[in-house]
Amino acid sequence: MDGNLNMIGYGLAAIGPGVGIGLIFAAYISGVARQPEAQGRLQAIAILGFALAEALAIIGIALAFVL
Amino acid sequence: MTFAMSAPTAEEFHAPGPGNFNLPGFFDVAGEAITKPMFQLVLAAVLVFAFFYLALRRGALVPSRLQFAGESAYGMVRNGLGRDIIGSHDFQKFVPYLVTVFFFLLVNNLFASIPVIQFPTFSRASMAYALAGLSWIVYNAVGIRKHGLVGYLKLQTVPSGVSPFMYPLLVPLEFFSNIVVRPVTLALRLFANMFAGHLLLMLFATGGLYLIQDYGGAIGIVSGVAAWVLAIAISFLEILVQFLQAYVFALLNAMYIQGALADEH
Repeated sequence: MDGNLNMIGYGLAAIGPGVGIGLIFAAYISGVARQPEAQGRLQAIAILGFALAEALAIIGIALAFVL
Repeated sequence: MTFAMSAPTAEEFHAPGPGNFNLPGFFDVAGEAITKPMFQLVLAAVLVFAFFYLALRRGALVPSRLQFAGESAYGMVRNGLGRDIIGSHDFQKFVPYLVTVFFFLLVNNLFASIPVIQFPTFSRASMAYALAGLSWIVYNAVGIRKHGLVGYLKLQTVPSGVSPFMYPLLVPLEFFSNIVVRPVTLALRLFANMFAGHLLLMLFATGGLYLIQDYGGAIGIVSGVAAWVLAIAISFLEILVQFLQAYVFALLNAMYIQGALADEH
């Protein structure tokens, strides 16, 4: 079987950010469901949290190719 | 490990890899080759300046459409990133920097989706690190000017509400995390997003071509066309990611400046 250990590493590394982003948006959806007026304020925080959690997954895929 | 430039052969598919990001130079200036990403940086700066200059040149009380667009764009960064994050007290000094960073980064990212250009400038890591280095200088200089060197380091590295026994463990960790790692993660997030997105697009485009041309047969053509449809779908996703990464970069800049200016304990 041909392939690359980098990709296995990336696949494992993507579990964490996947769960993290799910949690962030679960909290965002709950917050908006309880109080729809808060959507604007919560959206900025949700986007920030998403980008921070996604950064690790993206670093994983980039380094899987580069290294 | 390196991959060859993707030139589909009858035998094998050469997947696109990091080698595809080394673009050749146009011409030489004093021995240094001027490459397409360098040219794009300058072009982005010229475009951003031209947009704001033309939008705000004749400031009428009843704005024209271009003036309205320019003012809305400026206002969005000024209010959403400046006033809301840094605080209404001393955000005005930093608005030019934030507006510049956001729009320069946005235009450079959008170059990846514009037909003839089609290369995200910040998929070259050096450029992302340069921008993050500038951000590092700004937020550290702001903090040191307000608190003095020792006071600023104490603010960044010593967390409040922790018993002094934990300091030997926490202070080096906080120093590393706040002063050393922040510019690296800023740059790496931007670079990796642009790199991965462009790589994905190249993979679908060249893969589809290989499937249709060289693999052939019913399977080849159907899956090749599917690959191209996916390439279009991913292009739209990439536009979203480009906006998002520019916004997050500017937002984190604002948050770091606010953290450096904060009055604590």
